[in-house]
Amino acid sequence: MSVNSGLAARAGGLVAAAAAAIAFPYVFTNPVVTNYGVYAMIFVAVVSAWNIFSGYSGYISLGHAVFFGSGAYAAGIACRDWHIQGEEIFAMLPLAAATGAVIAVPFGLVALRVRRHTFIVITIAFFFIFQLMAYNFSFTGGSTGVAAPFLTWPAQTYNNPFYFMALATAAATIALSWLIRRSRFGLQLRAIRDDEDRARGLGVRPMRVKLSAFVLSAAITALAGGIWFYYLTQVQPPSGFDPLFDLTVVLMAFLGGFGSVAGPVLGALVIEPGQLWLTARYTNDYLAEILLGALFLVVVLFLPRGVIPTGSELITKLRTRGRPAVIPATAIARQETDAPAGSGASSGGLK
Amino acid sequence: MARQIYEAIADGILVGGVYALMAVGLTLIFGVLDIINIAQGVLVILGAYLSYSLSTKMHIDLFVGLLITIPAMFVIGTAVHWLFIRRLRDRERVSMTLLVTYAVALIIEGILYAVYGPNYVELNASYVTSSVHLLGFYLPYIYIYGFILAVVLVVALYLLLYRSRFGRSVRATMQDETAARLVGIDVNRVSAITFGIGVAVTAVGGMVYGATSGGFNPNSGYDLISRLLAIVILGGLGSIGGALAASVFMLTLESLVDIWSPNWAIVVFYAALVLVLVIRPTGFLGRKAVRAQ
Repeated sequence: MSVNSGLAARAGGLVAAAAAAIAFPYVFTNPVVTNYGVYAMIFVAVVSAWNIFSGYSGYISLGHAVFFGSGAYAAGIACRDWHIQGEEIFAMLPLAAATGAVIAVPFGLVALRVRRHTFIVITIAFFFIFQLMAYNFSFTGGSTGVAAPFLTWPAQTYNNPFYFMALATAAATIALSWLIRRSRFGLQLRAIRDDEDRARGLGVRPMRVKLSAFVLSAAITALAGGIWFYYLTQVQPPSGFDPLFDLTVVLMAFLGGFGSVAGPVLGALVIEPGQLWLTARYTNDYLAEILLGALFLVVVLFLPRGVIPTGSELITKLRTRGRPAVIPATAIARQETDAPAGSGASSGGLK
Repeated sequence: MARQIYEAIADGILVGGVYALMAVGLTLIFGVLDIINIAQGVLVILGAYLSYSLSTKMHIDLFVGLLITIPAMFVIGTAVHWLFIRRLRDRERVSMTLLVTYAVALIIEGILYAVYGPNYVELNASYVTSSVHLLGFYLPYIYIYGFILAVVLVVALYLLLYRSRFGRSVRATMQDETAARLVGIDVNRVSAITFGIGVAVTAVGGMVYGATSGGFNPNSGYDLISRLLAIVILGGLGSIGGALAASVFMLTLESLVDIWSPNWAIVVFYAALVLVLVIRPTGFLGRKAVRAQ
């Protein structure tokens, strides 16, 4: 009975969240507010995509800006060189995603050979190589970057199509993340996270599994990069390949709950609008930077597993208080899947 | 052409010596604490700014100022360890310490922006601008002094690690923390001091970097940390000899490519890292090599 009511509550919550997300630009019609919505949704998609790879496999990527920037550049260069204008530019978004996926294959084949620190550093190195290439090649426009074709949409509702595009991407990514988590593929990823060598011994092919997740994650990130580019109408090397982007994505995932489905969503929804508001409120960047750093420290030191796992643990504790020690098997299963960063992680959980 | 190549090699070796010093701090911290200190880059910049303040506000010579900045950076290092790193003993340390040090880097960078602003500054002294004619090249004195100082300090660090009682306890902690604890080594103290030493060398690295790089601002730390990471990974994490070899190799390679195209020099730098790791995932000298010493 409690399982059914729990499911119903979850489904109800999901429907309510979806309705709120769809109604958002109609309730808050001010472009300043919908602008926050667009960015928040782009980051929900990116952080969820990052989490599909890094959260589930334990390999922390600090190079996802490679895909974000490449998606933006691919979308821009295609429109520029093929003279695509008007609404047709959005037909180039699949190309952006494909570019991300194509780049992720050699990137992953090299980087995924190593683990832990070395993997993180290699992703940083790739990131810098891409930023420098964007500066140095002529087809990327050097330091002036690439501009998007002008869209003749009314200013009042200009943000709305972008909002729904980003929302659709975010929703699809969350659904995908949820499906992967429940699937055999997701189980293999998490087996790699807990102990890669043992997973190999049990018949998981680590390289194939890791690379698939990496490519998938890259494609979504590049797609989001394309949307971001059309929305901003321009990209330069330091904005497309931004070191703070990588860091912010990781912070969002960790704040919400690394490796869970809902955690990255929550993290992105809290941090991205907050950051935008701070930069708009205080024109000097350094204050936002110091606050971001301080928030980071607070999260890592006091909520190392994120809001959602810590919260759900708390709820489970409250629920089971005073009850007999028999816990339904489904609750145990749920507890295990909701709190993946628990016991296994200390024994080399992060690669 | 041949002349240019010789000059590039000389340049690479001299600058490589200074990078080696900064990289040794990073690799030492890794070896003992098993963490990568992302803040190392911005700490170097902090060291450079400290030297800048001492020389412009109080007119203290850059090299004399090191007597103040080295202890200051040591204190900052141990404070960071005591406040943040120490608390992360048994959790998901690798990624957590990475994030913590990244956060520390952000905060320091923000403070530097607030205090010094975004404009590029440069350290100045008579020996920065004047050159010596040596073996047919003109080399600024600061390159030579900086190189000598870096070599002296790396040798001193080596002696400290391999010829002293403290060094023995550091190496014991590097090899097996639990066993080190069991034989009575105060691992917390060793870790804090090692972190302090690893950060203290950035005072020297920062001073020489500030005088030779042709200008720096609070944002320069990103470029620096990515180069340093490339160097320590290439050399093999935790290996001091590897850090030395990799610094000289990378900086020489960079200045050689620089003759052909300054724009691509730094790309080659990272591409070399990727290439070496494809062939040898543990770098030039992996950790096993340093343990065998």
